[in-house]
Amino acid sequence: MKPDMSVEIAGLKLRNPVMTASGTFGYGEEFSQYVNLETIGAFVTKGLSLKPRAGNPTPRIVETPGGMLNAIGLQNVGIDAFIQKKVPFLRSVNTPAIANFFGYTPDEYAELAARLDSIPEVAALEVNISCPNVKQGGIVFGTDPGCAASVVQACRAATSKPLIVKLSPNVTDIVEMALACEGAGADALSVINTLTGMAIDLERRRPVLANVTGGLSGPAIKPVALRMVWQVSKVVKVPVIGIGGIMSATDALEFMLAGATAVQVGTASFVNPGAAQEIAEGMEQWLLDHGVGDVKSLIGALQA
Amino acid sequence: MQFTAMILNNAEVSPGYWRMRMTAPPEILTARPGQFVMVRVNPSIDPLIRRPFGVFDVGMHQPGYTGAAGQPYLEILYRVVGKGTGMLSSLHETDLLDIIAPLGSGFDSGPAGEEKLIVGGGVGLAPLYLLAKELVKDSPVRLFAGGRSKDDVLCITEFERLGVECYTATEDGSLGECGLVTKVLESRLDATGNQGRIFACGPHGMLQAVAGIAARRQVPCQVSLEGYMACGVGACLGCVCEGAGHSADTPDYRCVCSEGPVFEAAELKWEGV
Repeated sequence: MKPDMSVEIAGLKLRNPVMTASGTFGYGEEFSQYVNLETIGAFVTKGLSLKPRAGNPTPRIVETPGGMLNAIGLQNVGIDAFIQKKVPFLRSVNTPAIANFFGYTPDEYAELAARLDSIPEVAALEVNISCPNVKQGGIVFGTDPGCAASVVQACRAATSKPLIVKLSPNVTDIVEMALACEGAGADALSVINTLTGMAIDLERRRPVLANVTGGLSGPAIKPVALRMVWQVSKVVKVPVIGIGGIMSATDALEFMLAGATAVQVGTASFVNPGAAQEIAEGMEQWLLDHGVGDVKSLIGALQA
Repeated sequence: MQFTAMILNNAEVSPGYWRMRMTAPPEILTARPGQFVMVRVNPSIDPLIRRPFGVFDVGMHQPGYTGAAGQPYLEILYRVVGKGTGMLSSLHETDLLDIIAPLGSGFDSGPAGEEKLIVGGGVGLAPLYLLAKELVKDSPVRLFAGGRSKDDVLCITEFERLGVECYTATEDGSLGECGLVTKVLESRLDATGNQGRIFACGPHGMLQAVAGIAARRQVPCQVSLEGYMACGVGACLGCVCEGAGHSADTPDYRCVCSEGPVFEAAELKWEGV
């Protein structure tokens, strides 16, 4: 018998726990030739802002052992172009689309949340709180529990859709951040965003990335991500979405044991555009092979 | 499309430069000159990211016995610069590779009969061979190939076999003119009164010089760019280049993989042009 692969995130029903991570899957359409989008649980758009953003100078990416650094600079089409040019595609796909977004002030976050709330094709919202607050001289919403809570509260008041908050791992205590966001009204937490890192060109004695630092992703960060998913899911009541270096069905299932209700596949889609679909299929096969009837029975089932 | 290719041949054609032929589905025959492929060097996580290579050639490989069906093939020409290309050069006949192809835009051939001026520097010749094959069908084609030394000037015989008139230049004078290939290009433009259409691929400095020559002489010019990219399909946004109107206040980034890799030179920003 086919195992039950469905999971639920704050009322959003997913046919399976596999989503694609923001910034690694464009607006969905870019990958439609390589992935049957209706075989995955959901997909998350590139992070949206009120105004279009051009992004950083190049080089923006560099490969590192078992991973890559990126400093794209949140390049995106902006909310207006998203509605005009990207939403029609979302309508054509029978898979929930989750809109990732970010602002520079709590008011901007709230305005975006309200606008995304009014788009029927957007099934849920994922808030990126890991970007710098340029207004307040370097405060980063994602690393201060009070600031994070204020952003989440502002978004919460502006939308009745499932509100997912994506946490930064670049903090002393991610549990404190998770509790702050949950307390402010988050329906789910995405754990984790990229880890800040850098690469150096010895011969030129310069940083490889024009931005000097960038976000590390890929298999290299998986152990850190697993640990943080485990820590967070032990203390929060809302579902956790595990993210970080997932390349295979095995990786995804490990995140579920650690406490994740669903997972996001990121860098793997660059390496293999069909990764998310293959991971979902591989998870189902694992359940079949091991006589597990319901994927939900694995959530937090780690024996530790 | 994504497919598993079997290597048919992988040989060093000049010190540090390799040419690889691999099997491909019949759709590869529709690849346009200037398009590229993303190669996963091996199934492990090191190297993790695919490597982009211009399509050097496509065609039908004839197995070595009478009456056998032909096998569509894809060829890339690459230079060993790091870990990924080093591993690629160690692969053998019958080894398998995961390929995504063909990707990106191609060159626009322009009107038949017009003189076509192909300019390539080093491994930048890679996407220009398929272009030359296409162009010689209806136009006179001249190739200007440059490099540091004769070892960096690749596959000239192949171009000559197509009927392309080849000019070479090397910085150390070991082959052809001593100096930069752009000088040879300019001599030709002087002789024809700036007739023709330029197609260029090579190091950034060479492309910048060619773009400058094309702009000053008002000769149409397309360039094929390289970029650090993770996906090849316009999602990672790692490989952008600066459009002509780019400035810090009015950013204008173009995605090399999905909007290029071939651009009209005039559409891009060049220092000093």
